[in-house]
Amino acid sequence: MESPVSFDYAPAPESRAIVSIKPKYGHFIGGKFVAGSKHFPTINPATEEVLSQIALAGKAEVDAAVKAARKAYTTTWSKMSGRERGKYLFRIARIMQERAREFAVLETLDNGKPIRESRDVDIPLAAAHFFYHAGWADKLEFAGLGTSTKPHGVAGQIIPWNFPLLMLSWKIAPALAAGNTVVLKPAESTSLTALLFAEVCQQAELPAGVVNIVTGDGSTGALIVNHPGIDKIAFTGSTEVGKIIARAVAPTPKSVTLELGGKAANIIFEDAAIDEAIEGIVNGIFFNQGHVCCAGSRLILQENIAEEVLEKLKKRMAQIRLGDPMDKNTDLGAINSKEQLLKIRELSASGDAEGAQRWSAPCDLPTKGFWFAPTIFTGVTQSHRIAREEIFGPVLSVLTFRTPQEGIDKANNTPFGLSAGVWSEKGSRILWASQQLRAGVVWANTFNKFDPASPFGGYKESGWGREGGRHGLSAYLKGVSHE
Amino acid sequence: MSNRIDVKKTYKLFINGAFPRSESGRTYEIKNAKGVFIANPCLASRKDLKDAVVAARAAQSGWNKASAYNKGQILYRIAEMLEGRRAQFVNEIILVTGVTKVKAEKEVTDSVDRLVWYAGWSDKLSSLSGALNPVAGPYYNFTVPESMGVIAAIAPETQSLLGLIDAIAPIIVGGNTIVVLASTKAPLSAMSFAEVIATSDVPAGVINILTGKKDEIAPWMASHMDIDGFDISALAATSHGAIRIAGAENLKRIYSFKSADPGRILAFLENKTVWHPIGL
Repeated sequence: MESPVSFDYAPAPESRAIVSIKPKYGHFIGGKFVAGSKHFPTINPATEEVLSQIALAGKAEVDAAVKAARKAYTTTWSKMSGRERGKYLFRIARIMQERAREFAVLETLDNGKPIRESRDVDIPLAAAHFFYHAGWADKLEFAGLGTSTKPHGVAGQIIPWNFPLLMLSWKIAPALAAGNTVVLKPAESTSLTALLFAEVCQQAELPAGVVNIVTGDGSTGALIVNHPGIDKIAFTGSTEVGKIIARAVAPTPKSVTLELGGKAANIIFEDAAIDEAIEGIVNGIFFNQGHVCCAGSRLILQENIAEEVLEKLKKRMAQIRLGDPMDKNTDLGAINSKEQLLKIRELSASGDAEGAQRWSAPCDLPTKGFWFAPTIFTGVTQSHRIAREEIFGPVLSVLTFRTPQEGIDKANNTPFGLSAGVWSEKGSRILWASQQLRAGVVWANTFNKFDPASPFGGYKESGWGREGGRHGLSAYLKGVSHE
Repeated sequence: MSNRIDVKKTYKLFINGAFPRSESGRTYEIKNAKGVFIANPCLASRKDLKDAVVAARAAQSGWNKASAYNKGQILYRIAEMLEGRRAQFVNEIILVTGVTKVKAEKEVTDSVDRLVWYAGWSDKLSSLSGALNPVAGPYYNFTVPESMGVIAAIAPETQSLLGLIDAIAPIIVGGNTIVVLASTKAPLSAMSFAEVIATSDVPAGVINILTGKKDEIAPWMASHMDIDGFDISALAATSHGAIRIAGAENLKRIYSFKSADPGRILAFLENKTVWHPIGL
């Protein structure tokens, strides 16, 4: 086999001059930045450089934020017409677009994801979420819950580190459109874009207390979940924490939505367009370093094309550029934290120990920061930990099948049910497989596509409720017959 | 006038289309409002619940595959069979609860009419909850409601027939299968309703009915890992917290309802969104 011609890329770094990071941050409560008491460092995972000191909210700060949110709900936000609320959301969307590059650079510095992704995916989609939901604010009677809908009141929202600003927008935009006020906690390792978003709220002249942002770790999250002044909890994160939250709120009247883990199957049928499927496989598992709850982390190949697909996949993986996330040519950035890197290593080691065969793309890992080469495991069986547990990293488990039904059965053999992929050039087979797959999102001949108009969320242990579209909006409204 | 001795019915469980006794061999006594013995229905056990869930799981994919038209016709067929046996149900309701004939007749009438109402929903759910989503890109993107799987439910103590229908019909009309615990004090009409189901072309295992004690069975329903959802409308509000905690182990969807409306059907449906590229 002839090796492909390879061109060297010159470095093409994005400038970080557009962002100014303060040495220390507080919380955003009642429309103002207030100093924190304790702090912890936030680092650039690509270099381990300390970017800033983030405040750790305790009981007093969470209480103050909930109080501010309640006051804003009672005195301002619940009394305002939907049309006026919507205009604030449109303003926020526009300011996010204006400051998009600043957000993208800051996101990449704090998270480690390639600038190409933060610039082209995270930030534009975050702005689009506000624009989409802005238009709902004065049309809630058409949201499908009848004409007498009501917001819940104060929403407590806890988001993960994999898409920091995008997850913030998935939470805040529908909550505000429906008339709730919010207390949001960004993830411990990625607070900076949420704090920049607080500035956007100020620029948009959003009434004080409608959005409150408290930073911290899991202890801060627990304070929010258990706070009696909060009416609704929305969480995106691991299934393990999701279950803890479900138990915590069980005896309370709080309403809950959960977007949790996944172990998505990406099924390639023998009649798939192989070259397109290869791109879909790579996008499915290596997008955002595999730090994606809906990542296509189980490749399920029809046996008679497995050899061809794997050969092409390895060739394609060898072309993945891993390195400086600020470089505009980078495909695969840094693992978000040392803790996550250790988890990926531990699960990968279990793949070796349980008898699967590991192959990693040849690439030089930078000496500083947290890195993991794009990796596939072949010879994986359904009982292997790497076929059952969410790795949340650039690691793909490959399984094979003979009959279409066997492929579906393997795909559905998981307690998760967030997403799935299916590749075939036969329309009837695509629709059949889409029906059979027990997952909330099915990408057919594509993968990892997101849109504010498109409901996203899981079956089974992947969570409760949807985000996006009319279905997602309804999670922030009351008016349905069930509690 | 006659000296004939009645042939009384043995009230058993309804699992997988058959009428077994409880594997535990247990029964409990029910009496009418005046304290007169009526029957010894089965006191279902955890094992009976497990058997019922196995049957419901096995029946689910087949029931789900039935067309919406077909499911609607089968629900309507249940209404037809119930209508034909009105007198039996009126008598049983009076016998157990001591309500007036007028009240008993109204409950049976409402039950038949409620079934007809639910039957009509089967082929309208995707109009109600589905969507074609205008995404910003060359993709065809749609959302459709789908069955959730195996759902458990507790029927209320009062209006034990109408309440049972409100527990069963909204759950099965969208393609789920069900294990339902009947009213403890008034289980007769539930078990007679099982006979109606058995003659209505409802595939075996789609509807499974247990009789017994809420305090005993509800916690097992909540913690069962192969039950996807749980309608706890008929459980005391004080028990909801513990039930929800037990159900969190598999993130069971647990709801409580106050009325019969389409939200009751949609609560136990999942929404699936499918993307496909558009292009030449």
